[in-house]
Amino acid sequence: MQSLTINRSAVDRRADTFTKRRTVKKDHQAAYLIRAIECIDLTTLSGDDTPSNVHRLCVKARQPITPDLQKRLDITPIHTGAVCVYHAYVADAVSNLAGSGIPVAAVSTGFPAGLSPFKQRLEEIHQSVQDGAHEIDIVITRAHALTQNWAALYDEMRAFRDACGSAHVKAILATGELGTYTNVARASAVCMMAGADFIKTSTGKEPVNATLPYALIMTRLIRDYYERSGVKIGFKPAGGIRTAKQATEYLMLMKDELGNDWLYPHLFRIGASTLLSDIERQLEHHVSGRYSAFNRHPMS
Amino acid sequence: MSKVQDILNQDLPYGQAPEDAKAAHAWLDQHQRNFGSFINNQWVKSEKSFPSFNPADGTELAHISQASPEQVDQAVQAAQSALAPWQALSPQRRAEYLYAIARQIQKHARLFAVLETLDNGKPIRETRDIDIPLVARHFYFHAGWAKLASEEFPSYQPVGVCGQIIPWNFPLLMLSWKIAPALAAGNTVILKPAEFTSLTALLFAEICEQIGLPPGVVNTVTGDGSTGRAIVEHPGIQKIAFTGSTEVGRIIRQSTAQSDKKLSLELGGKSPFIVFEDADLDSAVEGLVDAIWFNQGQVCCAGSRLLVQESIADKLYAKIRQRMATLRVGNPLDKSVDLGAIVDRSQLERIESLVNQGVEEGATKFQAPCDLPSDGFYFPPTLLTNVEPASTVAIEEIFGPVLVAMTFRTPAEAVQLANNSVYGLAGSIWTQNLDIAHDIAAQVKSGIIWINCTNQFDAAVGFGGYRESGFGREGGREGMFEYLKPILPQYSKDFPAIEVQKPVIDRTHKLYIGGKQVRPDGGYSFSAHGHEFALANRKDLRNAVEAAATAQPNWANTTQFLKSQILYYTAENLQAAEDQFTNAGISAEEFQASLDLIFRYAAWCDKYDGAVHQAPLRALIYTRNEPIGVAATFAPHQPTLLGLLATTLPLISMGNTVVAIPSVINPLPAVELMRILEASDVPAGVFNILTAPHADLEKTVADHLGIDLVWHFSGEVGAHTIQSLSSGNLKQTWCVTDSIDFTQPHTEFLRRSTQIKNIWTPYGA
Repeated sequence: MQSLTINRSAVDRRADTFTKRRTVKKDHQAAYLIRAIECIDLTTLSGDDTPSNVHRLCVKARQPITPDLQKRLDITPIHTGAVCVYHAYVADAVSNLAGSGIPVAAVSTGFPAGLSPFKQRLEEIHQSVQDGAHEIDIVITRAHALTQNWAALYDEMRAFRDACGSAHVKAILATGELGTYTNVARASAVCMMAGADFIKTSTGKEPVNATLPYALIMTRLIRDYYERSGVKIGFKPAGGIRTAKQATEYLMLMKDELGNDWLYPHLFRIGASTLLSDIERQLEHHVSGRYSAFNRHPMS
Repeated sequence: MSKVQDILNQDLPYGQAPEDAKAAHAWLDQHQRNFGSFINNQWVKSEKSFPSFNPADGTELAHISQASPEQVDQAVQAAQSALAPWQALSPQRRAEYLYAIARQIQKHARLFAVLETLDNGKPIRETRDIDIPLVARHFYFHAGWAKLASEEFPSYQPVGVCGQIIPWNFPLLMLSWKIAPALAAGNTVILKPAEFTSLTALLFAEICEQIGLPPGVVNTVTGDGSTGRAIVEHPGIQKIAFTGSTEVGRIIRQSTAQSDKKLSLELGGKSPFIVFEDADLDSAVEGLVDAIWFNQGQVCCAGSRLLVQESIADKLYAKIRQRMATLRVGNPLDKSVDLGAIVDRSQLERIESLVNQGVEEGATKFQAPCDLPSDGFYFPPTLLTNVEPASTVAIEEIFGPVLVAMTFRTPAEAVQLANNSVYGLAGSIWTQNLDIAHDIAAQVKSGIIWINCTNQFDAAVGFGGYRESGFGREGGREGMFEYLKPILPQYSKDFPAIEVQKPVIDRTHKLYIGGKQVRPDGGYSFSAHGHEFALANRKDLRNAVEAAATAQPNWANTTQFLKSQILYYTAENLQAAEDQFTNAGISAEEFQASLDLIFRYAAWCDKYDGAVHQAPLRALIYTRNEPIGVAATFAPHQPTLLGLLATTLPLISMGNTVVAIPSVINPLPAVELMRILEASDVPAGVFNILTAPHADLEKTVADHLGIDLVWHFSGEVGAHTIQSLSSGNLKQTWCVTDSIDFTQPHTEFLRRSTQIKNIWTPYGA
């Protein structure tokens, strides 16, 4: 672990120039945006969540763009990658999404800080799985990374993994709280070795959430892990991704850094709540040539 | 099925994203696609013209005038007439003009970028994000020097009319590197763009016209090598600045030798890209993309020679091959393209032939699996492994997207391999270890070092090479000196004449080589003032250079404190021997001035510091004033002792070793000095003295490939010999034909004793 180090300036430079090396236009741009929708974990994680706004979210996940827009784009129906909620609304979401094929993801293990009693964190996973969650987004104990206690992080991640059973597990690293790029890389490696199906940047509650440099570091580690083990780990940036342009950039980063397999929801998700509205506006512009407004698109 | 659905089903290919070239074509049409030279703010067409092509598809863009020698002469006359009024302007006014240029370039940035891409074939991403912003930055930075030059360079003056010849790989950027400092320093210019890529220089000329730059200050003459020759050979030009091939650089060195033209050359390279086992390898691979697949590898400072630590070589090669697969080669106007077209068919053929030769000599070739457009000149990104220093492709500059790779075992071996080249332009070092990084940075012989980065440029940071990569710097404070000349204190009065005493007992004067007094190889003597002096021949010179070369690395690494102590001690011993020098014809005044001079350079030893530059980047960018190597110096004939010391001690104090040829009118003080040096702890080989008529040794010195620089202070005829013959290894020369007052200080002596290395170190926790 100690030999894995990241050069911050070089990563920043690559992340900065990457977005200027690649762009997509017209139909290609539309296709990227459709795919971005298919990869969204449509999320609500607020203290004031109630069954009604969770229901609204689920309906939006089933029909993220209006049938009219879908028709004009002339594409097959789409839905978001998943719906992501707190444990309290897993059961509601599961029933709202019945028959849609959309999995429910639950944030877990004392989200967002991850500092509740360890047994309780495991129990939280069990209960969400019991309620029907297909995916569990766990948070790691940042202290393990900050104190370089990688064995402890490994054990923790193993325990979470086992608790998830057949459910997919996404490991939230909380990159903005790990202090250095090197810690992000090391935590990525440890979580993958300990059985994470996805590594995810952030809870959305840290001061700094998903950024392209973090994404670059994590995707490089995913590539490295694949080369060593033959196992493909998914990537989920979350927090702060609000624009269609950002979503496109992340997809292009997947394509160039990891390859085409990572352009699908089984290996790539975007954790977002307001992103979808911006994408809808851009798609409307694509089909009509006119700039759209938020109130013309159904809210989630 | 719809197009969008189709794209979704096919793993999201990028598609095309071409930049609109309408505005650039409209500009070409507006000029009927037929351009003249820009002389005295007039557009002057020539009888002959030649077509300029878009290398991306082979289409003709415009006709460019082939400026005749007469037109070059007109341009020189215009620049000469403009010189005095330009210099008479206030610094503020000149700064305003440069500022206006910077602003205009920003306002027309996209037009410049698209035009550059059309003309050169480089990707629009590069012209838009790198070339043109750097051009604007260069003019802003030098607007500042225009304002400050007269106060910041008080003992220097503008050099005069400058002839500037630039290459095709960064057409407008190289123009800015030439024109901005020249104008800021108070000169006027004649610039010739490369014949493949004249268009942005012509658009630039139009901007000069628009901002009302006085006629004749900037003249742009277009044409091929013959136009360039007319500039180089024109007697009305005081300075030639050239960026291009080492081959043409040599020719320019030779053809300017008989004149007093100041010269700066920025030539080829085969720059090492060194990756240590503890490097962030993925970042190093991305660095390689910026090093060798930037501008299709047509970059003089390209990191074209990958040196990788053996322990990680296979791992790194695998990563490089993987990365090469995602490089996109194609229409340079496409915003998602990484590599565009090679500038011309002739270049493409040269690259192909060198790669074939590499494979024939045993290299393993890997080429990125990419589709190349059928029209235009394209070459795929290429990696050659199994290359060794003896391979042609490891020696020759390929100037294309071809990386050659070899391995090293230890840091010391990395340095040896890195320096095993006639070039010395740049070097890139990748390691997460600070100790290794700065140690290797100090040892690699090149003008620019990038630690954990590569191909970084900024107006505030000097750029230029060691060895056969040329001399002179562009950018920073150091770059301004290329467009200034020192006002050296002129000699006003002789020291009193003292008669040389003839010894009662016959004395045997020898040569001083490698810390020992030795008899001359030829066994001949020559006489002066009743003394017989050993006559040094070419073999003595060879031996002295060898001694100097052997001593140089250790002397360079000797602390500056210790160097100063040795010089102080030399002064001490000299003082004790005053009588001998009086007998040798040295007046008390000259003797005292000599002691003063030794103290001056003993003082400077640990005070001629480097600098930290301010580029808009999170990085520590520091400079080292490094010794140039082995110097040969021809001392002035008068004053004998002071002149000898003044033309050697600055060099020695900065870590060079010297072979000095003292005054031939009276070599006796030099011979007495040998005995002082022997007694003063000056290490063997640091200061060698050969007595001989200067003409006997000038040719051998100029030809000698082991001599890195020559100072010549003993007359015009010898100076011309030195300048014209020194092109072999492009040694640096400083020939001063005026009589100088050596009792007065001038920093030019220290500046000429060092070469500046700029070390870029981005940081970030």
